[in-house]
Amino acid sequence: MSTLRIARLVAAKDLRIEWNSRVFVNQVLPFAGVTMVIFAFALDADSVLQRVAPGLVWLATMFSMLVLVQRAFAVETSDGALDALRVAGVDPRAIYLGKAVALGAQLLVLEVVLLFAAVVLYGQTIPAAGAVLLVITLISATCGLAAVGTLYGGLAAGFTGRETLLPLLTLPAVAPVLIGATRAVEAALGTAGAVVSDGWPWVGLLVVFAVAFGVGGALAFGPLIDE
Amino acid sequence: MEDAGFIIGGYVLTFATVSFMGWRVLRAGKRLGKQVPDADKNWL
Amino acid sequence: MTTTDPTLTGDHTTPTDGRSGPGDGTGTRGTRIIGIATIVAMGWLVAFGLGFSPEDRDQRESVRLLYVHVPTIWIAYLAFIVTAVASGLYFFGKKKSLGWDRLAGASAEIGTVFVAVTLVIGAMWGRLTWGVFWQWDARLTTTALLFVTYVGYLAVRRLGGTHEQRARRSAIIGMLAVLEIPLVHWSVRLWRSLHQDASVLDADGDVTMDGLMLFSLFVGVIAFSLLYLWLVIHRTRVMAMEDLLDDRLLDDAVAARRAESVGGRPSVRTSNHTSDRASDQVSDQEGTT
Repeated sequence: MSTLRIARLVAAKDLRIEWNSRVFVNQVLPFAGVTMVIFAFALDADSVLQRVAPGLVWLATMFSMLVLVQRAFAVETSDGALDALRVAGVDPRAIYLGKAVALGAQLLVLEVVLLFAAVVLYGQTIPAAGAVLLVITLISATCGLAAVGTLYGGLAAGFTGRETLLPLLTLPAVAPVLIGATRAVEAALGTAGAVVSDGWPWVGLLVVFAVAFGVGGALAFGPLIDE
Repeated sequence: MEDAGFIIGGYVLTFATVSFMGWRVLRAGKRLGKQVPDADKNWL
Repeated sequence: MTTTDPTLTGDHTTPTDGRSGPGDGTGTRGTRIIGIATIVAMGWLVAFGLGFSPEDRDQRESVRLLYVHVPTIWIAYLAFIVTAVASGLYFFGKKKSLGWDRLAGASAEIGTVFVAVTLVIGAMWGRLTWGVFWQWDARLTTTALLFVTYVGYLAVRRLGGTHEQRARRSAIIGMLAVLEIPLVHWSVRLWRSLHQDASVLDADGDVTMDGLMLFSLFVGVIAFSLLYLWLVIHRTRVMAMEDLLDDRLLDDAVAARRAESVGGRPSVRTSNHTSDRASDQVSDQEGTT
C-alpha cells in the first residue's frame, strides 16, 4: 500500500468518525462561535472590534484548534488504535499526513464559519479584490496549523497529564501563523487602510512555515509516537 | 549615580539568581554523590 | 534499602591531587578552576559595569544594565544551540549515548533561566530608558516567545518514562525548537517593521559602545560564559547521578519482586551495573532474614 493511499484512508477514517460523532459540529463550532461573542464583551467598542476582527478570527481558530487536536488523538488512544497501526508496520508518515489532512479540513470549515461570524458580528465586509488573497491565506495558514497541531498532538496524546502540554507547545510554535494570517486577512479585508498587495509577503511567510513544519512534522512524528 | 536603585537592584537580582542555581546544583551533587559509588562517577 | 548507606562507596581513600573524594559531589579540579575564574570575572564585571565605565550620552546610567542584559541573552542562545547540537548527537548517533541527552537538558535549563534574567533586566532597562517595562518590539517579543518555547521543552523532559524515551522525545523537541526560532524571529521582525514609531521608543538599546563600555560588555560576556560552563558541567553530572540512581532503584525493585516470587529465597542480582558492593549488600540482607 502506498503512503498516499494509506494517508487517504487515515484521513477518510478521521473525517468519517467526525461526521458520525458530530463533535465538530455540535461542540467545536459552537465553542468557536461563543468565543467570538465573548470577545465582544471584553472589547466593548464597535470601532475596536472592527479594527481587530481579523485577529479575533485567528485567535478563535487557535483556541478551537487545541480542542480539535485533542479530539483527533483521543479517538486514537482510547482503543490503542494508533499503537495498533504502528505495530502493524504502517508508515508513520502516512499516518501523519492523513491526520493532518483531516485536521486541516476541519480547520478550513471552522475558519470559513468564523469569517462569516466576523461579517455578522463585527461588521466586516469582504471586498472582491481581496477574495483571492483571502482564500490563499486560509489555505496556507491551515496547512501550517494542521502540520503543527498533528505533530504536537501526537506527542501530547495518550497519557493523563499530557494534554495540558499541548497549548504550551503549540501556541508559541504557531505564533508566526497568527501574525502572518492576521496581517494577510487585514490586507484582504482592507482593515485600517491595508491594501491587498500588503498581504502577499505574509502569505510567503505562511507558505514557508507550512513547508518547514510539514516536512519536519512528517519526519518527527514517527519517533514521537513510537513509545 | 541616578536610578541607582534599579541598576544595582538588577545586578543583585542577577547574582542572587545565578548563585541560587549554583548552590542548588552543588547541594544536589553532594547529596547524590554520597549515594552513588565512585566507580560510577565518570568524572573522577 | 541500602541506597543511602555511605559505606556503600567502599573505597575511602581520599585523592590528594585535587580531585574530589568519595562521597563528595560533582566537583573536580577543572570545575574549581572554572568556578574561581567565574567569581573573579563577575567581580570585574561589577567593578567595571557599576564603577569604571562611564555613563552613556543618551541612556545615561541605564546602559550599565546592558552589561548584564546582553551577555545573558547571548549565552542563552549559545546554551540553546548546545541543546540542539547535543540533541542531534543523541538522536542521530549510533550509540544513543544518554550523556548527550543530559547535556541537552542541562544546557536548556540554564539557557531558560538566563532568558528569564534577560527579560527581567531588560524590563528594568526599559523602565529607565523608555519609561515602560515592556514594548512589543521585535527583539523583546521574540525573546519572550523563546522563553516560553523552552519552558515547553523542559516540560516535555518531565513527561516520564524510561531515560531513552525521555531522550528521544526531548531530542526531537530540542531540534524543532531551533527550527521554530528563526520563523518566529522573521515573522515578528516583519510585523514590527510595519510600526514606524518615530519616538524615543525606537531606541532599542543599540548604543555605539567604545572604550571602557565595550570592555565592560566584553567582561560580562566572559563572566557569563564561564558561569554557563561551570553550571552545565555540574548539572550534567548531577543528572548522570540521578539517572544512575533511578536505574538502581528500578533494578532493586525488580530484584525484590523476583525474590518474592520465588518464596523469599535469596535471589542473585543480575544487574549490569558495576555496583558490586551494592549487590553483595542485597544478597547479604536476603540471607540473614
